[in-house]
Parts: sequence; C-alpha cells; structure tokens
Amino acid sequence: MLKITNLHATVADKPILNGVSLHVPAGEVHAIMGPNGSGKSTLAYVLAGRPSYTVSEGGVSFDGRDLLAMDPHERAAAGMFLGFQYPVEIPGISYLQFLRESLNSQRRARGEAELSGGDFIKLAREQAKLLEMDAEMLKRPVNVGFSGGEKKRAEMVQMGILNPRFAVLDETDSGLDIDALRIVGEGINRIMRAPDKGVLLITHYERLLEHVSPDKVHVLQAGRITRSGDIELARELENTGYAEAAA
Amino acid sequence: MTAPFPTHKQEEWRYADLEALQPVWEQFAEPIVLTVGAGEKLEEVWLPVAEDVQLRRVRLSLGDGARARIFALNNAPVYGRIELEVSLAEGAEFEMFAANIGSGLSTNEIVTNVKHLGPGGRSRQTIRSVLNGKAVGSYLGKVEVARGAQQTDAEQSVKAMLLDRGATANCKPELEIFADDVKCAHGATVGELDAMQLFYAESRGLDPMSARALLLEGFVMDLWDSAKDGDAIRTAARDALRKVV
Repeated sequence: MLKITNLHATVADKPILNGVSLHVPAGEVHAIMGPNGSGKSTLAYVLAGRPSYTVSEGGVSFDGRDLLAMDPHERAAAGMFLGFQYPVEIPGISYLQFLRESLNSQRRARGEAELSGGDFIKLAREQAKLLEMDAEMLKRPVNVGFSGGEKKRAEMVQMGILNPRFAVLDETDSGLDIDALRIVGEGINRIMRAPDKGVLLITHYERLLEHVSPDKVHVLQAGRITRSGDIELARELENTGYAEAAA
Repeated sequence: MTAPFPTHKQEEWRYADLEALQPVWEQFAEPIVLTVGAGEKLEEVWLPVAEDVQLRRVRLSLGDGARARIFALNNAPVYGRIELEVSLAEGAEFEMFAANIGSGLSTNEIVTNVKHLGPGGRSRQTIRSVLNGKAVGSYLGKVEVARGAQQTDAEQSVKAMLLDRGATANCKPELEIFADDVKCAHGATVGELDAMQLFYAESRGLDPMSARALLLEGFVMDLWDSAKDGDAIRTAARDALRKVV
C-alpha cells in the first residue's frame, strides 16, 4: 500500500534521510522507533508533503501512485493523513468549520457528494464521543487553548472524521497520560485497523504499541532503517536503549 | 460652506488618496453627527457601498453612561476612508471593530479620534487589515484624555496581514493624556500568513487557495462576533476576503 524506496531527503540543505526503504502492505500497522534526530519527523513530513522538505533521491508509491508528485491536499484526498507531533493552532476558525471544509474539499476532489451541515455535526459528535472528548470543544478555535494531551486527542478525532486510508502518526502518544494513551490506542485500532488501510506509527515509547500491536517494528537511526522485527524488538529497545540496539 | 480640501501635510490625511477624493469632496465634506443620550445605546454596522471612492465622516457624541458599538468594513476599490470622532462623557463606553480589506492599488484607511472628556469612560478599538497587491491600509487612531477624565480605560489593537510584498500597512496610534489615573494600551502587529498553519490546513485536504481564505477568515471574522445584526457584514467581509486571497 505504501512503498518507500531508498528515500533521501534534506531540510535546509542538510541531509536527514539517507536511504529509507520500507513497505507497509494494506491491513498492517508498522511502528518506527528511533532516537531524537534520527529523521522520524522528517519522514512524516516528507510523506505529507511539507514545503521546504526536499526529496533528493528515491521515491514513495501510495497505492501505485507517485505520492511525491502530489500536493499536500491531493495526498489528503488520496487518503493520506498525518497526525502532527505538534498540532497547529488556528485562531478564529472553529474545529467544526475547519474539519467540515477539509472533509468536503476531500470529497469534492474524489468526486463524492459533500456532507450536509447536519450530517457533518452528527459525524463529528460521534467521533468526539468515541475518543471521550467533549464535543463542545469542537466549537472552539482549532487547537487554541487546548492542552498538549487535548491536541493529540483532537488529532485522533480529526482522523476519525476524515477516515483516511493511511495514517502517519508522529508521536501521537507523547504528552498523553495513561488513560488517554489507552483511548488513543483504541481509537487507532477502531479507525485504522482494516484490510484496506495502513498505519505508520512513529513513537519513542513501547507503551502505545502494547495497545496497538504493530505487525512490524522498525528502528530508524541516522536517516536509515537499521533493524526491523516484531513487537519483541520494541520491548528489547525499551530495556536496552538505541545505542546497544545498533551494535 | 464646504470645509477646505485637505492636504498631506495634515497628519490625519497623510496617507490619503487626495487625487481620488477631490472630485467627490463636496458631497462628503460635512460629517454626519450622531448623538447618543445619557444611558442610551447605539449599535451601527457600516458596510461598503458600490462606489470607487467611499468616504464616511462621522462625529459621535456619547452622553453620561451612553454606549456605542460600531462595526465597519472598509473595502473601496480605489479609496475608502472611515473617519470617526467620538466624545465620551462620564462613564460612557465606545467600541469599534473595523477592517480594511484592500486589493490592487487601493487605499483604505480608518481614522479615529476618541476624546475621553468625562471620568470612567471606556474605549476599545480593534482594527484588522488584509492587503494584497500594492494596496495600502492605514489606521490612524488618536486617543485624547482630558484633564479630569480620570479612570479612563482605552485600548487599541491593530493587526495587519500583508499577502504580497508590494502591500503596505500603516499604523499610527497617538495618545494625548492630561489625566494621571488612566489606562491606555495599544498594540500593533504586521505579518504574513503562517506557513505552518497553511501546511496544516492543506494536509487536511484544503487546496492552497481555500487554506489561505480560511486563515484570513480566522484573522478577520471574529471582529463581528459581538454584533447583534452581523449577518450582512459577515457576508460582505467573507466576499471581500475571497477576492484578495
């Protein structure tokens, strides 16, 4: 479903990704772990198409299409979703308006009918409830005044509403308390565990993986995948750290 | 008798498009006078009209404890000027929420002179400008606090968003205070659309134009939140924003 081949990328002329190759077949959840500065967030941003993140070599195919040739909004319409490590605040625009316009923009691009106001509110309420978020919060400006944990939970509500085919989740677990972690983990399973969907889960900690049970775990170091395995690899890293894992 | 035609040497006309103003000056020279009696309330919504040059000169007088709230959109294709002189008696309250939305070669300006004459008055001015092309948007806001107008509480918040390098925002708050127990604050910023906010919106499926329009809406539209009858100005502002994106 998502096939990354020998991906090299630079940010401000500095090479960050140095040949990442990775294949996430439909129906699977893969986790990427790695030390700070190893290129995890860069990989996430490159997949979502952040401007100024330059791909110098290699490619990414998404359902057989050239992902890197698409603009960020086209990737979204094709079903790509990035859960941001630091969700962005947009003052003056309510979450409801933001998500309704986003969803309808995606639907238009796919040739689907737009959702009416009533249907959208119903969907938004339902998704907020499933993630145990007060639906009233969706009336507030996007992420403004949200705590770190609330922002992360709101990212998952967005994912539930937009219902993507592939999600790249960049440290969605950081800043969450234990209960929130369970709720987010269940959210990922409920929204994304399906035969025609896939997830790339970027995390520092093994704890979220106990909720989500990834099919594969990869270690990213110095811009390359250095090891791949199953959840046992994540447990091992939790005990030994990255320095020994590389050895 | 018609008021003398202004010159750029007069501070309050410094950024004006006098050439555009000249042919229509006579019909606008005299200000409209609005009076709000003691304890009474006034709410006004000032919408742009279908003229190249639009000038609105208003003199607003607030009696003891009177309250006035003005919502204004300045969006003239050539030259728009909203000029407002307000006097506040004891305990009076004045609020203004206004936007300059300008494109092309237009000049739009908001010029206020708020005179706190009696004690305990409160004034709030919130001004937003969105400018593209070579448009000019200005706010010149003078606040005068008379001797004896103690406990005056005056605030000006001015923000401008420049969408192109050729656009210009002028902001000139001016305070003249003759009382010693007053609170007068002003803040001004000029900025561009935030690249990370744009990327965030695009990553959710909005095309670049829609993302820009949405962010601009967020920048401007909360001006009208407290308007009782704000539908017309909301619609007009949204239309104006779609044209400058």
